[in-house]
Amino acid sequence: MVVEQTYKIRGGDFTHAGDAASKVKKLLKQLDVDPRKVKSIVIALYEAEVNIVAHAWEGVISIMIDSDHIRMVLEDKGPGIADIEQAMVEGYSTASREVREMGFGAGMGLSNMKRNTDLLEITSKVGVGTTVTMVNYF
Amino acid sequence: MKIETVIELTEATLVCGDDKLEMTVERGFSSDLMSDVLTLDTEGLLLITGLANIQTIRTAEMADIRYILFVRNKKVAPEMEELARENNMVLLATPFSLFKTSGILYNHGLRPVY
Repeated sequence: MVVEQTYKIRGGDFTHAGDAASKVKKLLKQLDVDPRKVKSIVIALYEAEVNIVAHAWEGVISIMIDSDHIRMVLEDKGPGIADIEQAMVEGYSTASREVREMGFGAGMGLSNMKRNTDLLEITSKVGVGTTVTMVNYF
Repeated sequence: MKIETVIELTEATLVCGDDKLEMTVERGFSSDLMSDVLTLDTEGLLLITGLANIQTIRTAEMADIRYILFVRNKKVAPEMEELARENNMVLLATPFSLFKTSGILYNHGLRPVY
């Protein structure tokens, strides 16, 4: 059985940052996925969702759940990432003060996403946007 | 350590979760950095923090953390409490600082994560 969902994300809307990850968590629980796997998936998704809210103007999260894996694609319109390799370095951050006040922006998001996923792919075009693809097997 | 003991030791008030006073926490983690909290993989964890906003509760939800102790009497907004109740969390607030709170709980046997 394949389940597909999409969620719209607004840049700067910190009140609702995490709503999509929360919905996906409930969905995976209903589908009886191993709680430890669920935790890794939603932590990676939550970090990625916060990144859209923190850096982009708007974005769409598409998830596809198959019998043995979940595929999450986060596509945003935003400033993009000039140097992805540098962005992956733990501690490197371009986050605003507002983002830091929300408890994020320490440069740990991308490494947290990598640690919690089986596959992480980032493509980006400066001034256009970023696409993050994450896959986790159950 | 029982939640009611945490309340007693830190002179905390209970914001929500009054049916869970008998529940126990094994370890404590003090942080205002939510990305750091998201790296933890510990059961029975008490999060001690000075960061009181909706993302604190969201982070706890994602990381399966059920117990949060806010320091320095940080105000818990209604939407934070609502989200915490939805996720069966216990929210506490102490007038003590992060340092004092952590010290007292550590001295009384609450273990660190690292």
